[in-house]
Amino acid sequence: MPVSTFRAEFLDTVSGLARGAASPGLALFLWLLCVGAAWAGEWLPLANDGIHDPRSRAVKILQQPREALQGLTPDHAGNQVRWVQVLEKGEIRPREKLFPQTVVQKLDLDVILDAKGGMPAVRFPHRPHTEWLDCVNCHDGLFAKSVGQSKISMFKILQGEQCGVCHGAVAFPLTECARCHSIPRPGQSKPVIPAGIDPRIHQAIGQGQK
Amino acid sequence: MKILSKLRASIAVAAVLILSAVMFVDINDAQAEYGDVVINNYSDGAGMRPVVFPHWFHRVRFRCKVCHADLGFKFQAGGNEINMVKIIDGQFCGACHNGDIAWSVENCNLCHSGKPGTPTQVHESTVQKLAQPSGAKK
Ligand code: HEC
Ligand code: HEC
Ligand code: HEC
Ligand code: HEC
Ligand code: HEC
Ligand code: HEC
Repeated sequence: MPVSTFRAEFLDTVSGLARGAASPGLALFLWLLCVGAAWAGEWLPLANDGIHDPRSRAVKILQQPREALQGLTPDHAGNQVRWVQVLEKGEIRPREKLFPQTVVQKLDLDVILDAKGGMPAVRFPHRPHTEWLDCVNCHDGLFAKSVGQSKISMFKILQGEQCGVCHGAVAFPLTECARCHSIPRPGQSKPVIPAGIDPRIHQAIGQGQK
Repeated sequence: MKILSKLRASIAVAAVLILSAVMFVDINDAQAEYGDVVINNYSDGAGMRPVVFPHWFHRVRFRCKVCHADLGFKFQAGGNEINMVKIIDGQFCGACHNGDIAWSVENCNLCHSGKPGTPTQVHESTVQKLAQPSGAKK
């Protein structure tokens, strides 16, 4: 039995059990199980992913996501790959430029954005972003180059603006609250700024492929 | 007291059932890989299958900046108004799909591989999931 049918059947069975469950405790337990199963996740074959035409010759030729992604550091959301770590560990070596004259710019600077409304503060790390992106992808269109100028809000993010341009579309999804709201506040109004943040600007010129 | 606790129990059950209903509709639905972009401004009209652009495949080989800074792709599904003249001229997909960096344009089917009628959009996005009731046609 293909894994996908197995999972569908398994979920059907469990949902049946949950519906018939006598106690709310059991139902809750079963439901949590389903959530677990959903999180375990898997990559669908292209032919039944809902956007490829199963009658097209291409679905037999194109690479299946499972084949490309299953060996990489896993995650439970998005592509089910922890892209930052995959790059850091050298599991993939994506090219940084096509043209020899392109200047590759990187920055190692964390910006702490103090969220209102009791959520843990947000740490925006430049380093993993500038590994993938160029400054012009964010400055000065999406964000100003000075802290506090950009009036970032969760409302706009959830509408696909600001951080939500990428997060929720291509970079890890917005359901991962704690990955951004990563600085817990033990009761005080000021966020705890971690020691050892070292703001340095690296300009790696002509570094080429790394 | 007893009535109250029974009431509480049934509310709990109801909550669990509603949540799981939402989950199941979502899980059993076919799901494109996260970040897949369907580009269909002109394809349907021209009798071609819509284009499927897989981010996961390309980001294993290229960083975002290669396409979104150097090659000037805007962050908007369908927003670049790509067409075949531009591609053959070496712009957008044509900067790589030229038989040099990647296979060239004559492999029409590999790009034009989508289900006819699929709208232009980035698939599995959080915004899309929030805006649409789960189970709605993607
Ligand atoms: C920065 C270079 C680059 C750009 C720009 C680019 N591609 Fe690609 N693409 C590649 C490379 C490299 C491959 C792999 C070729 C190979 O395996 O020989 C590829 C492969 C593909 C594949 C096949 C994936 C598979 O499963 O084998 C598709 C489909 C594709 N590209 C679509 C597009 C479309 C559509 C665009 C424009 C919207 C585009 N590409 C723009 C470099 C690029
Ligand atoms: C993914 C988006 C993104 C990228 C890419 C990016 N930045 Fe930023 N940058 C931000 C955000 C968000 C802030 C905080 C803005 C605010 O608080 O209003 C910021 C703030 C800054 C600041 C102000 C910091 C301070 O302490 O005042 C500087 C300087 C800066 N960025 C430089 C750069 C440079 C140089 C690059 C390229 C190497 C770059 N950024 C790439 C998003 C980005
Ligand atoms: C232009 C696109 C873009 C924008 C805008 C953007 N990010 Fe990211 N972000 C990325 C990419 C790409 C990664 C790499 C990880 C991935 O793809 O899932 C990343 C990674 C991260 C990580 C590290 C995740 C990890 O696995 O350790 C954090 C934290 C983060 N972003 C927070 C933010 C915040 C907060 C904002 C808004 C102030 C923001 N990002 C805006 C593209 C973006
Ligand atoms: C991509 C990063 C990111 C993710 C994921 C994220 N947030 Fe936020 N959030 C932010 C940023 C940035 C701010 C603005 C911080 C500031 O005030 O400068 C913010 C602000 C907030 C605020 C304060 C009110 C407001 O509108 O500014 C709340 C509440 C909040 N987020 C809740 C959440 C919850 C709940 C989730 C998970 C569903 C979540 N966030 C996921 C980045 C993120
Ligand atoms: C590298 C990917 C790629 C390849 C290969 C490719 N196309 Fe396209 N094509 C696109 C993209 C992207 C669009 C824009 C789609 C849209 O907005 O509907 C497009 C649009 C079109 C359109 C409508 C717009 C126009 O320019 O008239 C036609 C017709 C078309 N392609 C035919 C073909 C044919 C025939 C081939 C094979 C000789 C081919 N394409 C190969 C990516 C590709
Ligand atoms: C090979 C080229 C290529 C690479 C590499 C690439 N993209 Fe894209 N990106 C595209 C194309 C093509 C589109 C669709 C544009 C269109 O339809 O006109 C797109 C669209 C987007 C969009 C808009 C989706 C929406 O909401 O409409 C976002 C956000 C995005 N990319 C982020 C990223 C991030 C983050 C990375 C790096 C992790 C990345 N891209 C890497 C080619 C690329």
